[in-house]
Amino acid sequence: MFAYYLDLALHSLRRNKVLTTLMVLALALGIGATITTLTVLKLLSGDPLPQKSTQLFYPQLDPYPKDQPFSRSGKKLPWLMSYVDAMNLLHARKAERQAVMAMSEVKVTPQAQDGKPFYAHGVMTTADFFPMFDAPFQYGAGWASADDESREQVVVIAGFLNDKLFGGANSVGRTIHIDDRDFRIIGVLRPWAPQPRFYALHLSGRNYGMGDAVFMPLLSARADGMTPSTVMSYGPGSDMQHLETAPSIWLGLWVQLSSTDEASAYKLFLGNYAQQQVALGRFQLSRVALSDLMSWLHNEQVVPDDVRLQAGLAFGFLLICVVNTVGLLLAKCLRRSREIGVRRALGASRGAIFAQFMVEAGIVGVAGGVLGLGFAELGLWGIRHQPAQYASLAHLDLSMFLFTFVVALVSSLIAGLLPAWRACVVAPAPQLKAA
Amino acid sequence: MQLRPILSSLSHHKLTASLLMLQVALTCAIVCNVVFMITNRLEQVTLPSGVDEAGLSMLNSESIDKNENRLARHAADLAGLRAIPGVTAAVAVDTLPLGRDESSYGTCASAEDLAKAIAARSMMREGLCVQPAVYGGTQGEVGALGLHLIAGRDFRADEYVAGSGVSVVILSRALAEKLYPGKAALGQSIYAGGDKPIRVIGIVDTLLRPHLRASEVNQYAMLFPMLPNDGEVTYLLRSAPQDRERVLRIAAEKLEQLSPERIIPASSIRTYTQMRDAYFQRDTTMIGLLLASGLGLLFVTALGITGLANFWVQQRRRSIGIRRAIGATRGDILRYFQAENFLIVTAGIVLGLLLAVMLNLVLMKHYELPRLPLYYLPIGALVLWLLCQLAVLGPALRAAAVPPVVATRSV
Repeated sequence: MFAYYLDLALHSLRRNKVLTTLMVLALALGIGATITTLTVLKLLSGDPLPQKSTQLFYPQLDPYPKDQPFSRSGKKLPWLMSYVDAMNLLHARKAERQAVMAMSEVKVTPQAQDGKPFYAHGVMTTADFFPMFDAPFQYGAGWASADDESREQVVVIAGFLNDKLFGGANSVGRTIHIDDRDFRIIGVLRPWAPQPRFYALHLSGRNYGMGDAVFMPLLSARADGMTPSTVMSYGPGSDMQHLETAPSIWLGLWVQLSSTDEASAYKLFLGNYAQQQVALGRFQLSRVALSDLMSWLHNEQVVPDDVRLQAGLAFGFLLICVVNTVGLLLAKCLRRSREIGVRRALGASRGAIFAQFMVEAGIVGVAGGVLGLGFAELGLWGIRHQPAQYASLAHLDLSMFLFTFVVALVSSLIAGLLPAWRACVVAPAPQLKAA
Repeated sequence: MQLRPILSSLSHHKLTASLLMLQVALTCAIVCNVVFMITNRLEQVTLPSGVDEAGLSMLNSESIDKNENRLARHAADLAGLRAIPGVTAAVAVDTLPLGRDESSYGTCASAEDLAKAIAARSMMREGLCVQPAVYGGTQGEVGALGLHLIAGRDFRADEYVAGSGVSVVILSRALAEKLYPGKAALGQSIYAGGDKPIRVIGIVDTLLRPHLRASEVNQYAMLFPMLPNDGEVTYLLRSAPQDRERVLRIAAEKLEQLSPERIIPASSIRTYTQMRDAYFQRDTTMIGLLLASGLGLLFVTALGITGLANFWVQQRRRSIGIRRAIGATRGDILRYFQAENFLIVTAGIVLGLLLAVMLNLVLMKHYELPRLPLYYLPIGALVLWLLCQLAVLGPALRAAAVPPVVATRSV
């Protein structure tokens, strides 16, 4: 029976070639736009560490002191922490794992004779960074907490840097020159670039894209004179060389807490710490916050507004295309009242007529989906050639590929519903009489 | 033109007519907002920076040698750059309007305001103080940028300091008017980032911040006689516009000769126009996308109208023939279809304008979009009327061409 409906539908669609083409084209444009923008939206709002994100938390304090004229405590808590607070919380070891971090642009000088120095993205952090974020090692391993305190000149480098400097060979034990000192390589990461780069949010301007190149112990990097990319100062006397004592916030702290009990215990600890600081006269307010990874990304609106706007626009477009298809299919079906009357008179049930028209709508949908997939690939190709941070990541994955056809079929079947219903309620007798 | 027969015929096609109406309404709502967003972005992209942009180009130099005397290095570099044929001015600056990198200071108009701000423990509360961006650079920055000094004078050589601790400042007009409303800012002292007064010696007309924010604070900017003293510096070159590429090429070579102990990032060697385009790249992309989707929507809607009208004409061939046979002219038939379209589209537009305002309210809430000015609505309505009339013209002409003899044939 389905084959017969298919045949009927194709016959009907072929009778109005121009109209069918335009209907499919409009639907395909809507689907293409929707899939393109949804792919980008999905990419940007994804979970950077799906296996771990529920255990990772970002604590915040209100570090502004009582007597500073330039504090600007608004409703939201400051994003970053001062060195003193970050170190106090780190050393308290109240969480399963904890690491502080700041981003830096570092100058890497290759050992080769004619190697021109170049700038790379660096992370200044502490030992727990790698196990806490599940950073995978190709060679070697990260450093231990003791190395943090003893300011070991060690570094973990990314796979792509290892490829560039050492041709991908095991470089553990070799040294690279970062800024003005030699650092001993103790680990090489496999390709690792969580999207978004959640740990660098508010610490650098890059929330997406390629991963970082070098990871160094914070204290060693600071001793080497490396400066964080983002520093916010709330009082005079802030200078980049003495950030450890300056009235500046420039560090992010992440903690790993495996259960909700641990999380509420940590929140309590954080609140006590802030109250203690108020009592000591360091803080003005004892506000604290503890956000898990996904709510932190959500609250800080890591997805650019433009991307959300584009997705909304695409949906609006698709909606109008669907309404357009409904109208055209309806007009077509009303014109075929006579044909329907004949089929009904010859014994076709209402269900059969309904199915016939739904098949016709479905064909339009599938054709729209195939063409829409082409438009989506074209759109993503266009996005990959944009100078956006996330440009290189814009690819259609299998789930979006399948989703395209789901969207196409669902929207065309919704569009077909009304015309098909109108078709199946056609009373056969008057139609035959008119003929 | 009688509307009765049209209305009674439409009542037989309630479903199709209301679908068409719905489509026009949705299109109207979205297109009005899309056009508004395009206009907004266009305003952003064409914001005047205050800089004479045509002849400016720049490159960054990042020092590798940590122990070098940076002030001496900059002076030697600038002397070399000024010697390039075609260069009319060269200065070292820390950042530029639309250059993204911004330092800003909490700035108050007087010691009393500063004291009040301290008492309130907030710079921003009660609008006492503002947070303008600061530009530092070597002598001649005002001239090299091509800023218009509308009051006072440029900095003197002896007023330049390395690092912080300046005693004089040049304000943008917007900042001067904000800090000293209704009085002359020249000669007043501001308090920026500390309790030492800084005397206002000049006012420049337009001057954008390195990083744009809300439109009312976009021009809160000031110039300090502060010599760049960081490892990274931007050299700004003025030349004839057609010389920019050549001057930049020679400048990069020359700096490399003067001291190889530096990195000149290839991406930093560019004209001011290129930097500006890069700054607004996301906006230009959005303008393109919005434009494409707006036109796409209008196209789809026009398509729907033509398609439906075509069907109606075919469906009514017989009745058109009868009308022709009993005396209706071709013009009557044409006008009939046009009037029918007009009625449906008008209903759609009325609903659409309501939806447009509602959509705007949603966008205002989620995307910090301003309120839709009301004059967009009649313009949007007019455009849709015209478009829909054009879309129905073809089918209506075909209807008018139906010969009266059709009435006598049995189909």
